[in-house]
Amino acid sequence: MSKKFNEIPMGGNILEPGSAMQYKTGGWRAERPKHTPDDCLWLKNGTCLLCWIFCPDNAVKIAEKDGKRTYAFDYDYCKGCGICANECPNSCIEMESE
Amino acid sequence: MNVPIPASKWRVSDEMTAATKSSKTTESSSNIEGLTGDAAIARALKQCDIDVLSAYPITPQTIIVEDYQRFFADGEVKTKVIPVESEHSAMSACIGASAAGARVATTSASAGLALMWEVLYCASGLRLPIVLAVANRALSAPINIHNDWSDSYGARDSGFIQMYCQSCQEAYDTTIMSFKIAENHSVLLPAMVCIDGFILSHNVEHVELLPDEVVRDFIGIRDPAQVLDPDKPITIGPICFTDYYFEVKEQQDRAMKEVFRVYKEVESEFEKISGRSYGIYETYRTKDADIVLLTHSSPAGTAKAVVDALRDRGERVGLLRLKLFRPFPAAEIGKELASAKAVAVFEKCLSFGAAANPLALEVRTALYEQPKRPLVTDFVIGLGGRDVPPTVIVEGYNKTKQYLEKGKAPFYETLGVRK
Ligand code: SF4
Ligand code: SF4
Repeated sequence: MSKKFNEIPMGGNILEPGSAMQYKTGGWRAERPKHTPDDCLWLKNGTCLLCWIFCPDNAVKIAEKDGKRTYAFDYDYCKGCGICANECPNSCIEMESE
Repeated sequence: MNVPIPASKWRVSDEMTAATKSSKTTESSSNIEGLTGDAAIARALKQCDIDVLSAYPITPQTIIVEDYQRFFADGEVKTKVIPVESEHSAMSACIGASAAGARVATTSASAGLALMWEVLYCASGLRLPIVLAVANRALSAPINIHNDWSDSYGARDSGFIQMYCQSCQEAYDTTIMSFKIAENHSVLLPAMVCIDGFILSHNVEHVELLPDEVVRDFIGIRDPAQVLDPDKPITIGPICFTDYYFEVKEQQDRAMKEVFRVYKEVESEFEKISGRSYGIYETYRTKDADIVLLTHSSPAGTAKAVVDALRDRGERVGLLRLKLFRPFPAAEIGKELASAKAVAVFEKCLSFGAAANPLALEVRTALYEQPKRPLVTDFVIGLGGRDVPPTVIVEGYNKTKQYLEKGKAPFYETLGVRK
């Protein structure tokens, strides 16, 4: 973030795809989502994932390995918008002040 | 205070409108036609083999679009002609096409240029060469279709190169050169080619046209610097906040300064094929002049006639006719005018509430560093197409002479208005 005018591409162009990864939107967060696993449909039966679909920053990290499902937030990129909490049909996500 | 000038002196002679004709070039097989300024620009665009023309017609630029549509309908050009629904879209389509690597042009005036405003800055900020022919016209209200420079002067900070032409020949020549300047990799900026609405856009003058193949060889095919290519994806126009926006603007500012050098290079090449050159500004009988008139476009032709008439009466007067307004050649003009006692600026734009008007502001800044600053007078003339006869220029000259004696002049004043 300290490159000079002659060290960056012309006109602010981005020459390599995926450069948004270098920008950690987690720094914007005022509220952080907190997941309570008890009623989560993904963990219960591998369905739903509305939070994962709607998250604008790809910050809901889900995985399935050997029949075991996991759920986490990537706080480097989670900007605390609360969309996941709003979309969750079972109120599993709560927004807490940072 | 008007000095009567005989009618014979009003006529602008060939030497006054034509470019410096160098004797170096042997007469080529070029043909001469009677063309309006608009038609001359349309012919230049045709010969420049543009890939995309996206434009919305507006008086007094309409002939350019009409003529070009006819070339297209008659199968004379391979251009993709996009008849958009507004000027905002016209410039937007040009931006997309230029980003894809095409050679593109559009044209507008007045309210049309005003509607393009937002995207003018996108074209320059994204460093996309686009040629925009402007037939200068007043802005509403009251609605008016005639000439002044309020439209393109308003866009002087938009990052476009601005070149103002005095004759139909110059409009033709400048349009051809503008692609080569704008597309140069040290520049990569959009360019406006400006002619005075109706005065040039609709008046027929003889225009010497270059053969198609000569123009083709001169400008070649555009070699784009960074293009939209599905095989090598890049992002053009991303968000750029506090961290990098300023650096991008620094790049843009430096690119603009490259125009002085590139303009001269392109023009000296152009002189080889045409025998014509104009310079970033032109001086007319300024040597030993106490008072230098300074203007551009059509009033410059009138001013040349006035200079001749006044010189005949023993007045030490000359003219500096500006061609390149953006970037403004401040250093060169400062030196050029340093030995004058006064500079009388004539401009067709009123910048409401400003200390002076756009052209005079630049000239005063250019002269500020000179050890013996000439007095600068600023006359706003010809708004809304009000005729600028030689008597208006003479009146400005006489006023400047009086102010020089008093050693004091107003920041600006209007001339040729009933008050
Ligand atoms: S708060 Fe917003 S950014 Fe963070 S995980 Fe939820 S939806 Fe994604
Ligand atoms: S939206 Fe709620 S229930 Fe559905 S997967 Fe996300 S946290 Fe679980």
